[in-house]
Amino acid sequence: MNASLRRIRAIASTTLLELTRLRVFYVLILFALVLIISSTFLARISFQQEFQVTKDISLGAINFFLSLLAIVATAQLLPRDMEDRVVYSVLAKPVSRFDYVIGKFFGVIALLIISLVAMSLLCFIVLHFRAEAALHDANQQMSQLASPQLSSGGQAIHGAGLNSDLVVALSLILAKCVILAAVTLCISAFATSTIFTISAMAMVYLVGNLEGVVRDYWLQEHPAGWLARAFLAFVAFVFPDLQAFDISDLVTSGISTTGPFLAKLLGLAAIYAVSYLLLAIAIFYQREL
Amino acid sequence: MKTFALLLLILAAVAPLKLKMETDIGANRDSTTHIRHAIDLRERVGQTAFIAILGGFRSVVADFLFIDGHFAWERVDWPHLLMRLRQVTMLQPQMTMFWDVAAWHMAWNAGTAALNDSSQPPLARKRLQHEYVEIGRDFLERGVANNPQNPQLYEALARLYRDKLHDHARASENFLKASRLPGCAAYDERFSAYELSYCEGHEREAYDRLRTLFQRGGKERLPTLIVRLRAMEEQLHIPPEERIRPE
Repeated sequence: MNASLRRIRAIASTTLLELTRLRVFYVLILFALVLIISSTFLARISFQQEFQVTKDISLGAINFFLSLLAIVATAQLLPRDMEDRVVYSVLAKPVSRFDYVIGKFFGVIALLIISLVAMSLLCFIVLHFRAEAALHDANQQMSQLASPQLSSGGQAIHGAGLNSDLVVALSLILAKCVILAAVTLCISAFATSTIFTISAMAMVYLVGNLEGVVRDYWLQEHPAGWLARAFLAFVAFVFPDLQAFDISDLVTSGISTTGPFLAKLLGLAAIYAVSYLLLAIAIFYQREL
Repeated sequence: MKTFALLLLILAAVAPLKLKMETDIGANRDSTTHIRHAIDLRERVGQTAFIAILGGFRSVVADFLFIDGHFAWERVDWPHLLMRLRQVTMLQPQMTMFWDVAAWHMAWNAGTAALNDSSQPPLARKRLQHEYVEIGRDFLERGVANNPQNPQLYEALARLYRDKLHDHARASENFLKASRLPGCAAYDERFSAYELSYCEGHEREAYDRLRTLFQRGGKERLPTLIVRLRAMEEQLHIPPEERIRPE
């Protein structure tokens, strides 16, 4: 067991190192950082709800670029190793295919965590400075008010900027990207090229965002032919509900999420990730190398 | 092959759990956001299509469109502003600020601009202003349907009925709906009673509500309330001993 864990760790760290050497990683991170910084200027153009625009753009940028990173980074892992014949030399050693796939997966997860931390830190810094600037303006405009009113106003400004719901939204973005990485690994386990995997994932992303509607339609027993119902059931069973993890709207609208709701979402993410990972391993075991 | 079949069996066993959890989360989310109450199918389909196409980037696109709409307002380009506001509210139906601002732009800004447009004959100006007010009303009614627990949108709708459409009964009704929601303004209940006092056939009800507010004391005994209460006393011929006394 320990030996297996050591092997997984070694493969994961090598994967992380390989991925950090990719130029696409830096380009994506750079785009995201530029967008997060620019959100503060865009928020000033918009005459209302500065924090809402800043949070919307920051969370949207993190969500989009982290999802893209999860798909692009994972899609090229197995095909490239096969093309470079690295996989043969690794599997020739006492490394099982299970260790190999799990190691690759955790390498991508480590990359996603590092990227998320970098982008989140910048997002927090931007929001902190916006909150400080808003507080400064408010103090100047309302200097005649009593100190309890000023301090409650200050708390309201800080609350509108950085709050715990933002961390929840970021955690769920990471959970969604972990699922995307697992599904990508599942597809790349049988795909022959990176392009095929990325194209298939674009479809999965689209259908995953519609899965909730498909599931509702199927469960509500609308009149439909057996073929249509079978298709809806297939989509509802096979695809993940990606829309469930997008709570950025709730966070920017100021609607707090409850602990049990968050626990359910994380539980669902774990079910998705483990299921797709098991499927990826099963497919990879069947693959002739 | 054995491993593969075993794993497929495991996944088949997981599928019902997946469906149950997804349904629970969907129901929980709907109850948190109070959506799907009165939104028609066309609107839901449109929203869902946007959600699917843009994924997590929907809110960002909405913000950019809103900023573009702001520039259209500065250029006084009302058709472009209307198009942007429609797109923004379709993309972000839960953001009450967008519905409120959209209605304000149409009913107040575009409506007034149409009324002051000297290139049009007076009748056309009046008709165009009415059309813009109706568009503003439509924004607020759809906003309320998407966010039935938000008092600010009911208040905005009540103001529109009061100031632009001069429909006191509907203004009163919407102020009253706002006053029953958490986070409402302190004046909602009072404003509802004021508006009711202008409705023919509702004088008794308006009097009772104004009287109840008056009896609450201090903060409610505002000049407008006293003026409206006295007007109702006159209209309803309330005996002098039952009338409010001058303070």
